[in-house]
Amino acid sequence: MPRQVIFEGRIENLSILDKDGQVDKKLEPKLTRDQLTGMYRLMVMMRKFDEKALNLQRQGRIGTYGSLRGQEAAQAGIAFNLTKTDWVVPSFREHGVMMALGLPMHLIYSYWKGDERGNIVPPDLRILPASVPVGSQLVHAAGLGMAMRLRDEPSVVVGFAGDGATSEGDFHEALNFAGVFNARTVFFIQNNQWAISVPRKRQTAAESIAQKALAYGIPGIQVDGNDVLAVYAASKAAVEHARSGKGASLIEAVTYRMGDHTTADDQKRYRDPDEIAYWLARDPIDRFRKYLVSKKMWTDDNDAALATEMTALVEDEVKNLESMPAPTPVEFFDHMYENLPWNLREQRDAFAQGDRT
Amino acid sequence: MSARTTDKTQKLTLVQAVTDALQCAMREDPSIIVLGEDVGLNGGVFRATDGLYKEFGADRVIDTPLAENGIVGSAIGLAIGGFRPVAEIQFTGFVYPAVNQIFAHAARYRNRTRGRYSVPLVVRMPYGGGIHAPEHHSESYEALMVNTPGLQVVIPSTPYDAKGLLISAIQNNDPVIFMEPKKIYRSFREDVPEGVYHVPLGKAKVVKEGRDVTVVSYGAMMRPSLEAQEFLARENISVEVIDLRSLVPLDIDTLIASVTKTGRLVVVHEAPRSCGFGAELTALVNDKALVHLLAPVERVTGYDTIFPYAMLEHHYLPDRERVVTGIRKTLDF
Repeated sequence: MPRQVIFEGRIENLSILDKDGQVDKKLEPKLTRDQLTGMYRLMVMMRKFDEKALNLQRQGRIGTYGSLRGQEAAQAGIAFNLTKTDWVVPSFREHGVMMALGLPMHLIYSYWKGDERGNIVPPDLRILPASVPVGSQLVHAAGLGMAMRLRDEPSVVVGFAGDGATSEGDFHEALNFAGVFNARTVFFIQNNQWAISVPRKRQTAAESIAQKALAYGIPGIQVDGNDVLAVYAASKAAVEHARSGKGASLIEAVTYRMGDHTTADDQKRYRDPDEIAYWLARDPIDRFRKYLVSKKMWTDDNDAALATEMTALVEDEVKNLESMPAPTPVEFFDHMYENLPWNLREQRDAFAQGDRT
Repeated sequence: MSARTTDKTQKLTLVQAVTDALQCAMREDPSIIVLGEDVGLNGGVFRATDGLYKEFGADRVIDTPLAENGIVGSAIGLAIGGFRPVAEIQFTGFVYPAVNQIFAHAARYRNRTRGRYSVPLVVRMPYGGGIHAPEHHSESYEALMVNTPGLQVVIPSTPYDAKGLLISAIQNNDPVIFMEPKKIYRSFREDVPEGVYHVPLGKAKVVKEGRDVTVVSYGAMMRPSLEAQEFLARENISVEVIDLRSLVPLDIDTLIASVTKTGRLVVVHEAPRSCGFGAELTALVNDKALVHLLAPVERVTGYDTIFPYAMLEHHYLPDRERVVTGIRKTLDF
């Protein structure tokens, strides 16, 4: 028998709400009214935050900003399964996950304003700062998941990245290490179809990103990333899998970056307006609102009240942002080492005394 | 020095002292773990982790997949998650894939989080030439590491220092690149105290006191430097020899005090000359002791070439003769 099949893989796509908000009754998660409306609140909060960020950038009140518009269901669906003792290892577009876990918005705005104090996370949260070198943070998520396993701590680590990052060697090394060492890590890939101007098809010839999990010996699933119930359900299973010590897994949330890559980008140079229209009809918030209305859990009045509330919250947070005193330049010396070596002390002291050589 | 030092000593080689340091530190602190390629049952290709797997088990002495970037990247995660990882890169020539993790993350987490998370990570790597190895097994990349803010760079030259410095590096709360001179891994033995003791980072050692010229070196190049000192002593030329031991933090005071006394400086390293560590030392002496100099600073270094294959490596590496020539240049200026 020289030729035998030694491996056959199957990857599922999970979708619970269709684009018009019709639910698949068999798959509908059992969630209370408070939980469901809570998810909706998170998604609306993210969008209001995002709209304001784009305004602030246009007015020159913050710097270059990466919008999460269109990815609210993906981020709310995973975040709703996490607690404050779980680790978030983000790329640079997970503002939604961060605020869902309690990171104050003004800190996120201040990061995008160019203020490193935006990375000072409240001590009760385990959110690592945004990671710009694409995909590199996934290896930290693997190592942290190894640490949770070695300490037998029931905390879960979620490593975030986009479809472009899956082409990096770091993606391979992270999933490989996590598989080998049974790390308590969930790799959550938001496939938003575009890595700046390069489409998903240019990242891999594979049918899905989810199927790459199989090569590392870990479970993988593709979900409709604009369906918060599907993301919630897949994330719940993956988080429980990791928390109970069964190891790592991969989720591919298929979503769409509705805006530019960042405010320094112009997506009109490379995207077809028909494609944007297609995804606009699959907006994650509209879809979920229709579902809540059909369940008689939500009304137009509720929606108007929520919009008012979130607008006020965002405005308050902008006030908090703009009442932060300016950072002092000598701060950039202060956190290089626990004990500053003489050359840094010398440079800092000269700088502080106005010596600009 | 630590009070925990016992009176007992063992005769150890440099590589045995590395193993001893890991063992002593790991016995004291269960958060210290070792990871890398072949570090487990095999004890490392140079046997630097020999016996650790047997004593501490597979969860603390971790054979990883063959991926330098994965080793350092996962070690960063382990460090943030409460461990003190000691990662081994099998040869310095193989560190490039891990440079993204070392430069972009290990060196920056403390700063990026304004002090919330540091990375108490040691990356050990055998470096340097002279062992007739294949290509990519003989490099000295310390200058790359030194030019990256946030890293500390430590290079021992004796068994005693290797153990004391490695224990200090492991217990330090910031990342340390620990470069081990593999050419002298087994060249000689010396008395090494049992148990934990410390050689502090950032403290150079005046190995020989002298009046006429200062020779500064580190790692494997300490040997030709000391041979040159001995050779010239016969001619009544008095050479002061300093072992830097750590490049970051640098013991500037010892360097400047010596140059102020002798008025002449020769820097010896096997890494390429241009933008090598000798260039930085030259600039520092220029800043702080120019008026005391009696001659230009002389650099005796590797050439600005690719490290040659084994048959020619002895022409590339500084030896006693080249160091003596460098010293004479400063004396005859």
